[in-house]
Amino acid sequence: MTLARRIIPCLDVDAGRVVKGIEFEGLRDMGDPAELGARYNREGADELVVLDISASVEGRATFLDTIRRVAEQLNIPLTAGGGIRKMEDGRAVLRAGADKVTVNTAAVKRPELISELSQQFGAQAVVLSLDVKRKGDSWEAYTRGGRDATGLDAAKWAAEAVERGAGEILLTSIDRDGTCSGFDCELTATIAQTVPVPVIASGGASTFEDFLAVYTEGRADAALAASIFHQETRSITAMKKFLAERGVPIRLSR
Amino acid sequence: MKIAIVDYGAGNLPSVERALGKLGVETERAIEPPQLESAEAIVLPGVGHFAAFVAGLRERNLTGALRAAFDAGKPMLGICLGLQAMFAASDEAPGDAGLAFFPEQVRALPTNVKSPHIGWNQLRQTRESSLLRGIASDAYFYFAHSFAAPATAEPTVAACDHGFPFAAVIERGSVRGVQFHPEKSGETGAQVLRNFVESIQ
Repeated sequence: MTLARRIIPCLDVDAGRVVKGIEFEGLRDMGDPAELGARYNREGADELVVLDISASVEGRATFLDTIRRVAEQLNIPLTAGGGIRKMEDGRAVLRAGADKVTVNTAAVKRPELISELSQQFGAQAVVLSLDVKRKGDSWEAYTRGGRDATGLDAAKWAAEAVERGAGEILLTSIDRDGTCSGFDCELTATIAQTVPVPVIASGGASTFEDFLAVYTEGRADAALAASIFHQETRSITAMKKFLAERGVPIRLSR
Repeated sequence: MKIAIVDYGAGNLPSVERALGKLGVETERAIEPPQLESAEAIVLPGVGHFAAFVAGLRERNLTGALRAAFDAGKPMLGICLGLQAMFAASDEAPGDAGLAFFPEQVRALPTNVKSPHIGWNQLRQTRESSLLRGIASDAYFYFAHSFAAPATAEPTVAACDHGFPFAAVIERGSVRGVQFHPEKSGETGAQVLRNFVESIQ
């Protein structure tokens, strides 16, 4: 009997479409979120994350509808976030069909948001999205999609967020994000050993070996990747088989 | 057949409704006692805080109605916090009484393991179970909780380990409960719900 390591595809959504950021090009359309969600559900994803990366007000307006459409396709857990500013935003996301909500920028500005959401919906429904960049021997937390440095030490902020009631940490290495050079295992292991809640590693995934490394060296409870699964070159089914053959506890049966 | 889903004011009801709907079951959100009386079976879903849950039931006068349904032998399925509420009390809200179908106290997961226990885990079946009928012994189920009833509790039919052995599936008479989320546990979870529905018919 073992708690399985989770594989979590992430859909970055702008104005109702899944997009991928391409260097020097901007955003590329990757498809319909409900269709992609249904495919990942079928292929054995352990959970799905949907993040609103819309820059515009119009884009935001469609996000709750996107959550509803995606949730209808799933019989696995759904996490949603991006731009959650207050309690009511969190409630709306959960009402639309998400099981968990992620918070970042607003929680740095007002950490009580984490406590309020946790008291209302339970720690298992509150995920701290922690975007970090290496700074000397440690890591610094960033907000606004990696644009603003906070001056907060990532490990200390993670511990405070957990103290306030965050039930999970979605940890993204900004340094690795989009580089395809693998997860930052040192970072992941550091945070995973600091906090008493599960840590989801994110940023830099490209190969099956990257996932193997982050579950072993990185001590990650779960690992997230966005674009590598969107094109059907790497299937979740094949990755799970690869990991299981190498001794990682993985849920194979559906 | 109509199943009442207890709506205590929080909780993610649409996913439970959708999962039951796919099995061809008609569901109704129950917010007052007569709805529980007329339903053929009751589902008690739940996420959030034990205190909010029992307060939500109390405010809607559902506590007594659920006890009456229990005494009458009406089929009932508790999910996650819904299972925990069937016990007498919880570490999460000392002083708040549960439905007390069973006398044990729900405990906090210990500090030597990650809490909440979030993710897919396996079960150890200890007794015959109608909910687990036709499900492989190594199947995975999705858990998301920080508290659990000890596996030593009398109605336990399958346990899971996370810090201590806890009750993952309970069954006694017409009452059943699962600590995991069947509506989030893929095809395996759908089979658990199907088994519950078939046990009513």
